Amino acid sequence: MKSNSLLNIALVGNPNTGKTSLFNQLTGLNQKVGNYPGITVDKKQGKCKISEELTAEITDLPGTYSINPTTLDETIVLETLLNKNNDSYPDLVIVVAEVENLKRNLFLFSQIKDLQFPSILVINMSDQMARKGISIDIDALKKELKSEIVLVSARKKIGIDDLKKEIENFENWNTEPIANISDKIDTVFFEDIKTTFPEFSLYKSWLLITQQKNLGFLSRELHQKITAFNTESEKIKKYQHKETIYRYQIINEILKKTYAVDKNEATDLRSKLDRILTHRIFGYLIFFGVLMLIFQSIFEWASFPMDLIDGFFANLSELAKTNLPKGTFTNLIAEGVIPGIGGVVIFIPQIAILFMFIATLEETGYMSRVVFLMDKIMRKFGMSGKSIIPLISGTACAIPAIMASRNISDWKERLITILVIPFTTCSARLPVYAILIALIIPDERVFGIFNLQGLTLMGLYLLGFAAAISSAILLHNVLKIKTQGLFVIEMPNYKLPSFKNIFYEVVEKTKAFVFGAGKIILALSIILWFLASNGSAKFKNATEFVTAQESTNNLPDAVLNKKIASYRLEHSYIGIMGKVIEPVIKPMGYDWKIGIALISSFAAREVFIGALATIYNVESEGESNGTIKERMAAEVDPISGEKRFNLATGMSLLLFYAFAMQCIGTLAIVKRETKSWKWPILQLTGMGVLAYLVAVITYTILS
Amino acid sequence: MGDTIANLKIGERGIIQDFCLDAIPLNLLEMGCLPGKEVRLLQIAPLKDPLYIKVNGSHLAIRIETAKQINITKLR
Repeated sequence: MKSNSLLNIALVGNPNTGKTSLFNQLTGLNQKVGNYPGITVDKKQGKCKISEELTAEITDLPGTYSINPTTLDETIVLETLLNKNNDSYPDLVIVVAEVENLKRNLFLFSQIKDLQFPSILVINMSDQMARKGISIDIDALKKELKSEIVLVSARKKIGIDDLKKEIENFENWNTEPIANISDKIDTVFFEDIKTTFPEFSLYKSWLLITQQKNLGFLSRELHQKITAFNTESEKIKKYQHKETIYRYQIINEILKKTYAVDKNEATDLRSKLDRILTHRIFGYLIFFGVLMLIFQSIFEWASFPMDLIDGFFANLSELAKTNLPKGTFTNLIAEGVIPGIGGVVIFIPQIAILFMFIATLEETGYMSRVVFLMDKIMRKFGMSGKSIIPLISGTACAIPAIMASRNISDWKERLITILVIPFTTCSARLPVYAILIALIIPDERVFGIFNLQGLTLMGLYLLGFAAAISSAILLHNVLKIKTQGLFVIEMPNYKLPSFKNIFYEVVEKTKAFVFGAGKIILALSIILWFLASNGSAKFKNATEFVTAQESTNNLPDAVLNKKIASYRLEHSYIGIMGKVIEPVIKPMGYDWKIGIALISSFAAREVFIGALATIYNVESEGESNGTIKERMAAEVDPISGEKRFNLATGMSLLLFYAFAMQCIGTLAIVKRETKSWKWPILQLTGMGVLAYLVAVITYTILS
Repeated sequence: MGDTIANLKIGERGIIQDFCLDAIPLNLLEMGCLPGKEVRLLQIAPLKDPLYIKVNGSHLAIRIETAKQINITKLR
């Protein structure tokens, strides 16, 4: 065994067993989120000190009911446990079970045991046994399962030390299989498997055969051997069925001897809550109320920290400019890097609040009721009840939302969900909306209570959802993919949410956003700054060119400097790019400066504001005259003398941003999740054309 | 006879007889929905689909197409 390196431990278990609570208890803040090679599924790992000499690296595998996967997340479990070359291939496996659903949890445990890993059964929520009228004869169960068992209560930190103590001794654990599938199903067939794959346990060989299409790591030689067994799919299916029945037979036998429930103790709180939360009227009302609460909080609670962050980075930028020696490097820091970082950090409050809500709803078990409530409706749009969670997440950021679609087992439903998510109003659109609305919509009240600006913002949110739903209907009718309609979801018992779990979830999701999307935003801010501060010959000699013009004679210095700066911007690389696309964007009512911001925000929407800030900043040559909003308000069309950001241009921009696919991060994740360039390209062009047409029409009507 | 889970009314119970393997996801079996087990219909979603059942100790929601494929005998 590994003596000098880390002990690899895999944490496996059904969803809703408190597996994550246990993981958090074992590892604390020593967690990191990595990627599994080749796929974007998050891999949660953490270090845990088992004893003075022994440290373990624990991998929290996605929750699953069985080793046979039905979703992408579950495929990870299979792959990690079967592929010896996987970095996380475990030295031992901890299977987390929950006291109430022990039978179903033991199904998974029996599969792990049959893979002959040193494995230990952790029965969680043991503190609730008495209340639920459950009694377990642990010693007898240990004997029957030929395994060590530890009772824990992860949330209350009970039993964690016992578990560590048992792990120290893992080399002496019994690794005999539990189920003898060979004798019970087809002796000849399985004996043949045994002789063909002498190097593997029988169950592993059987999984290699049944799950061949889900395994990416097989060598060619192994592939051929496996294919030889995979000729009759009917037979394989029948045997899987038999295996399942057989496993439950064994488990029922074992539990008969060791497990008892006093039915009278069972509470009916669950059925009462179910009746209300899935009621045909109250159910929807409550769900709508929850949604309103979430959106309200995102705006109300997040606006204060966001203002602080905004102000902080503006001051920091100013501070850098005044205190650092003048030069290119200082400009890069003050005009490129600091605003770039600020542009990422500013989204943290909203993303954190949103994920706090989503984690809470999932922890309590309410999310499953929403899925139940919404499934039929969502199916009319070609999606699944499970699409609700990604669509709500999409209001924070499309990237984690698209990853959240992985637990939709039906490919067509999943694909449609992925394709329409970018229409939902993500938080990157918010600053763009906010500033444009403030510029073009008067801050007035209608009917005495509704704020007109707030109504416009809400309208844009609804527009986003409407666009998502209508394009889903379109895709549903156009895409020729067979749906299997397979849909099984567990309705877990209601629980009080654990603060600790929610906290970790929020930290993890926020980190993923900052380091994922953040990198792109920061890099682009720097590139943008570079393109704006370098340019053609005319850019370099701007002063001579401007002063050579007769009209500039006798102008006061300040005005002259401004003229030079704007001449420079026009001939910088980014200015040249803006000029090139000007004819195309003119019908939408934009000039080349907005064009620059548009180009830059094709990589990430939020860059729009930063880009305009940079442009007007460069143009004003360091004289800071007011906030970005004031500068935008002062910007006039040099020909007509009208305000640049008037109603027509503003509305056209708002709608363009509502529909256009302007996020490299999202495109990249769609490519990875769908394993094809076809879908991201479809999104980019489809949404782009729609946005352009809508913007042109809006501008034409309003101007 | 000829009853399926889809014929149950809320609160009614039945014993699973058999089903067509192709129409049933393996994971439904693995969650304990097996022949001989008692199944009870707990709730029906507002638009008559999906169904919320309890089977073999598990609380699950399944779609009506799946429910129609699972033959049962009603318990009275």
